[in-house]
Amino acid sequence: MENFKRITLLCGHYGSGKTNIAVNMAYELKKKYSNVAIADLDIVNPYFRTKDSIKEFEKRDIKLICSKYAGSNVDIPALPQEMYALTDDRQMHCIIDVGGDDRGALALGRLSPAIKEENDYDMLMVINCYRPLTRDVPSTINIMREIETASGIKFTGLINNSNLGKLTTKQTVIDSLKFADGVSKASGLPIFCTAVKQGLFDRKDGSLKNVFPIELQENIY
Amino acid sequence: MADKVLMKGNEALAEAAILAGCRHYFGYPITPQTEVAAYMAKKMPKIGGTFLQAESEIAAINMVYGVSSAGHRVMTSSSSPGISLKGEGISYLAGADLPALVVNVQRGGPGLGGIQPSQSDYFQATKGAAHGDFHMIVLAPASVQEMAELTIKGFELADKYRMTSMILADGTMGQMMEPVDLDFKITPEPEKPWATTGTKLKRNHNIVNSLSLVPEELEQLNIARYERYKTVEENECMYEEYLVDDADIVLVAFGITSRVSKHAIDNAREQGVKVGLIRPITLWPFPKAPFQKAVGHAKAFITVELNMGQMIEDVKLATNCKVPVHLCNRVGGMIPDHTQVYDKIMEINEEVK
Repeated sequence: MENFKRITLLCGHYGSGKTNIAVNMAYELKKKYSNVAIADLDIVNPYFRTKDSIKEFEKRDIKLICSKYAGSNVDIPALPQEMYALTDDRQMHCIIDVGGDDRGALALGRLSPAIKEENDYDMLMVINCYRPLTRDVPSTINIMREIETASGIKFTGLINNSNLGKLTTKQTVIDSLKFADGVSKASGLPIFCTAVKQGLFDRKDGSLKNVFPIELQENIY
Repeated sequence: MADKVLMKGNEALAEAAILAGCRHYFGYPITPQTEVAAYMAKKMPKIGGTFLQAESEIAAINMVYGVSSAGHRVMTSSSSPGISLKGEGISYLAGADLPALVVNVQRGGPGLGGIQPSQSDYFQATKGAAHGDFHMIVLAPASVQEMAELTIKGFELADKYRMTSMILADGTMGQMMEPVDLDFKITPEPEKPWATTGTKLKRNHNIVNSLSLVPEELEQLNIARYERYKTVEENECMYEEYLVDDADIVLVAFGITSRVSKHAIDNAREQGVKVGLIRPITLWPFPKAPFQKAVGHAKAFITVELNMGQMIEDVKLATNCKVPVHLCNRVGGMIPDHTQVYDKIMEINEEVK
């Protein structure tokens, strides 16, 4: 988690945990840079949005770029006009939370020529082997290829976010490492980090490399 | 690797339907249930099943009628406005005594309303889905695990009683993610000697129809159907009780609000308030037994609902209005948080002291 590019794109199967990771990455990024933005380009899922953490962003002076309809009853796949700042304002560091699967990644196509032209980005695939449609390496690689085709950008790394929600234990994460390594070998991509719930692993205990502890978005139920 | 997987409620429901032997899905996209259709679209072609996005909800429910007539497990899913469109077909299913599973992942209404969670189709599901005298078996899950379990139960009950089972979930149940264990024992589908599968010149024609030409016969059909409903009421009520035995105040909630209620109950118990919860799992048949028991010691009931007060009427009936029944609610896609429910408990506790 040392070297952030100017743009970090988070893609993956829907429900893989992109939004929670995006929110936490924005917090991390803000520790290093003053001009930080998080963008919600999800045009698929109207529930559970980046905007749910808006108070935290305001508190930390992180710019939120999202459709003005996010969190409302307007169920249309709209993108915010401010999204062009992501590629135009090169002084800004940003995290882009892309919608799930290839359908969600389609929205990225509008920005991909400018992103590739500037060439200062990471495109990260969030993986979770406990999600039923990405339980093994081939099905995960398959979804990666679909996302690359839809977005027009190739992945540069992986984030292992394998978890079982509230039932996640240390062992749950350790059991997923073989899967993550398998995806890494099959795709030839490095594992950027392993995301775990804050407190589950100590950064210093050494049993896991590149641990990224994340705070979960508030859950009222 | 653990046996559990992490699923959205809508996905768990779809996977459970496949496990239950459902190979025919007809639907039309609408938030917040679209993942059911998306999951079926991905999975059905791989297992020799049929996924069909119909031209409308009305078309989809009539396709359900067709497949059910032929004796196969079949389902459709939608959200509130879409279920209203399916109403006519649901009545025809009841008139023809056809088993089917209909899923309603509710959103706020009336009209186009909104896309956020709601429980405002309680009346529609339990009392008046469409014209004519009939009932559906209505199952209300309160976790992603139950989205799966009750889907399987729904198919079984539908076949057993030749009725429509409805899963009455809300947007949260459809969208939230939880670990699920999908290792289910599936009871084999019963024989369906009434199905229109072709006579092969060995029997008389089976006729599946909701039209009766003779009034006397239609009357008898209605009476016989209600005899069957009575058996369902006697045998199939499901509910959960939480800290009810010594409760002065009993909360009543299903689906997502039952979870919020438990949180509030735990906090109120810490303050010494004797409060519990009855969670109906079948909304029809409505479980009367736990209410008849609780009314002996409870001084008040509070229903916690995402509507303007619908289940509250069934609670008043089940308790014969012996003690006051209050309402704690949010509507329009809003969900009460546990502090709102807690405050209501404390307010009523002052009244009944």
